Amino acid sequence: MSNAKTKPFEKNIRPVGEVWVWVTGVGLAVGLFMICFLLAVIAWNGINFFWPKKIAEITLSEDGRSAFRGEHTLPGVIIQRRNLTPENLSPTDSDLIDLAESNRDYMREMMVFTGNRDLFATQNFAFLNMGDIESVAFPDDLIRIERNQWGDAIGRPIAIRTADGNEITADTTDFIKTLRMKVDEVRDRRAEIIRIERRQMGRINSFINREELEIRYLRGLRDPSAAQVVELDQRLQRVEELRAELEPLSHASAALRARQNETQFVFEVVGGVIREQPLGDIINFYFPNKMSLTQRFGWFCWKIWEFLSEHPREANTEGGIFPALFGTFVMTVLMSLAVTPFGVLAAVYLREYAKQGPLVSSVRISINNLAGVPSIVFGVFGLGFFIHEVGAVIDTLFYPRMVAINTPVFGTGGILWASLTLALMTVPVVIVATEEALAAVSRGVREGSLACGASKWQTIQRLVLPAASPGILTGLILAMARGAGEVAPLLLVGVMALAPSLPIDDIFPFVHLDRKFMHLGFHIYIVALHSPDTEATKPLVFASTLVLILLVIVLNLGAIMIRNHLRRKLQSSAF
Amino acid sequence: MSHTFQQKEFKATESGANAMPSSQPDFIKIRDFDFFYGDSQVLFDLNLDIPKQKVTAFIGPSGCGKSTLLRNINRMNDLIDGIRHNGDITIDDYSIFDPLLEVISLRKRIGMVFQKSNPFPKSIYENIVYSLRVAGRSKKSELDEVVERSLRGAALWEEVKDRLSESAFGLSGGQMQRLCIARAIANRPEILLMDEPCSALDPIATGKIEELIHRLKEEYTIVIVTHNMQQAARVSDRTAFFYLGKLIEYDETQKIFMNPGQKQTEDYVSGRFG
Repeated sequence: MSNAKTKPFEKNIRPVGEVWVWVTGVGLAVGLFMICFLLAVIAWNGINFFWPKKIAEITLSEDGRSAFRGEHTLPGVIIQRRNLTPENLSPTDSDLIDLAESNRDYMREMMVFTGNRDLFATQNFAFLNMGDIESVAFPDDLIRIERNQWGDAIGRPIAIRTADGNEITADTTDFIKTLRMKVDEVRDRRAEIIRIERRQMGRINSFINREELEIRYLRGLRDPSAAQVVELDQRLQRVEELRAELEPLSHASAALRARQNETQFVFEVVGGVIREQPLGDIINFYFPNKMSLTQRFGWFCWKIWEFLSEHPREANTEGGIFPALFGTFVMTVLMSLAVTPFGVLAAVYLREYAKQGPLVSSVRISINNLAGVPSIVFGVFGLGFFIHEVGAVIDTLFYPRMVAINTPVFGTGGILWASLTLALMTVPVVIVATEEALAAVSRGVREGSLACGASKWQTIQRLVLPAASPGILTGLILAMARGAGEVAPLLLVGVMALAPSLPIDDIFPFVHLDRKFMHLGFHIYIVALHSPDTEATKPLVFASTLVLILLVIVLNLGAIMIRNHLRRKLQSSAF
Repeated sequence: MSHTFQQKEFKATESGANAMPSSQPDFIKIRDFDFFYGDSQVLFDLNLDIPKQKVTAFIGPSGCGKSTLLRNINRMNDLIDGIRHNGDITIDDYSIFDPLLEVISLRKRIGMVFQKSNPFPKSIYENIVYSLRVAGRSKKSELDEVVERSLRGAALWEEVKDRLSESAFGLSGGQMQRLCIARAIANRPEILLMDEPCSALDPIATGKIEELIHRLKEEYTIVIVTHNMQQAARVSDRTAFFYLGKLIEYDETQKIFMNPGQKQTEDYVSGRFG
């Protein structure tokens, strides 16, 4: 037995290094929290936009200060209640502070969406001092009407007045049924008008436009040849024919239009204010206070569908976002088609063929840096190179007549140039990802292939690229995620707030790469900042943002599914 | 290293794979061969004749250059930047460094099996026919026949004949290595290079591959690099012992192991250093 004292182990007072687990964990948590919070705010506000909200009938006290246009009851949707702060009060309202001592409500304010912009001097909202509010009720008979103009109307229905002067008053039993029938009639007729005007007449008009551009060119000639004179005559003749074709259609649509406003819908807005609303402008109506939960949910789903499938109305402040959604989708797909071969070929050369050395390293560094160039710079490049150079060359080669009358075809912004600009912007992402994927293909496989008598290209084509394809798709996913939401460069190369036509339609040649297009990101910007009442369009902004995020997610999920499929194939079965 | 000028097909020999083994001509001749990676020389003045339809083993401690020499025979080292050589290697008296030689036609005549089995991420069937496909041969009946012949040749047919369309990654380690051997012999090469083919395998799988080598030498000229002395003694007819990039001794295997001419060889084969 040894007497030497063994030294005890040191006590573990503070776990060494553990603090860094916490610090790194907190870093991650903060990041995740911010992302989740952002997504939650957008999702909540976006979804909220579609949910049918109850209409309150607010009664103000007779002696209160915030009478609404001389009336003391008004219907509206309560948006929020907020506290007033003494600093923000105007001098005339300073007595509120004293009033608030007995009733705290005097220092609170209610924001109410009143609709009826046509009556209320284009105001959508009322701000009511909550001290003045006597009662808030939700009567069943309040109606909310979606209109073609002036946004929504809110009120209490009184009667339907038909063209022959008959009135069906709101207290008759099948009033709502009749109103629904009439509105459906109007809606069907509107669909017919749109079909005639947008599809049939639009088609003929696009032909007329083409002819007229040619005519403008022919007329502008100093001394036209005999053939050109003949051509001019022929084209004038053709325009006449087209106009003649247009005639019955425009008559038909005018007749339909005339019938649209035959019936009037009479409703009470505030107190005694009566409004007659021509039925032609009514798109839909509902009684939100009467709806059951399932009806609400049905309405909610219908509104979402409407939002995704309809064209915008009233300078983008109402209606759907279909053209923007479609434009974004087409642009992203075109961009992917352009960026993938371009990026993959560049990466294959850099990784497989180029002799690694300082030159290739500097090229690689430059490519990485290219990913950090501000996107507007690419926009300027797209404008300067694609539009003013390439587009101008295409125009002089293929559309000399359009150049002569100063109507550029490809020499102006369009979806092709926008896609190519974004492809250029995202190509570094694809190159970097592809290079990494190529580098990850094992040396053993390459040597095995060469030992089998394969050439280098055969090895790349048959083994390396398939093995790298999941990694290449990862690069494409990153590129799409970046490209789909990018707005700044698009401003210079062909995006529009309100494009008259879609980039793909049923008029030959079906895909119109020269057309300007709408884009969700730009749509959000326009609606958020350039609409008459930005407060009123705020929910629309959130909804559009949500759709943009979902679109990016859907595109990415598609690419991820393809990638996983490839991976499975690579690991388990033959390809 | 691509050749920009006109390329020659590597000449197929008249006395091909079926020549009588008794003739034993020196098939691969290595003459005054030096080899450099950049500035460092790894092979020094090698002279070595490898006979036809025999198994020749290269042995030696790690880093002695035996793999490098093996990989020079099918010019696999071309993949590496900054390599250089002096001297010559000829196959059938035809220099493999001839600038007019199309390296692909050289590799078509030389099968190679690597240390780490490297099946392609494809089906078993596609792995075998790869060398035919890259040569532009895609007749179904021919491919089917090659697959069966090669797999039988590699003693794998019975084990995989029912799952030819499944991924090669589903095979065991030993099966994968035999698949690689089957792939290497699919195009009927004349020479089979094996770079430590059993180093990652268990004794049973190793035994199978050694049996296979015995059978294959009837048809192919085999050069095998191995760390395993017993393996060299079991499978090879001739053995070359390398040390630090130099050929120390090259003789009949029996002689190398029983009665080596050099002290270094004796020390190595008896396990006193290495």
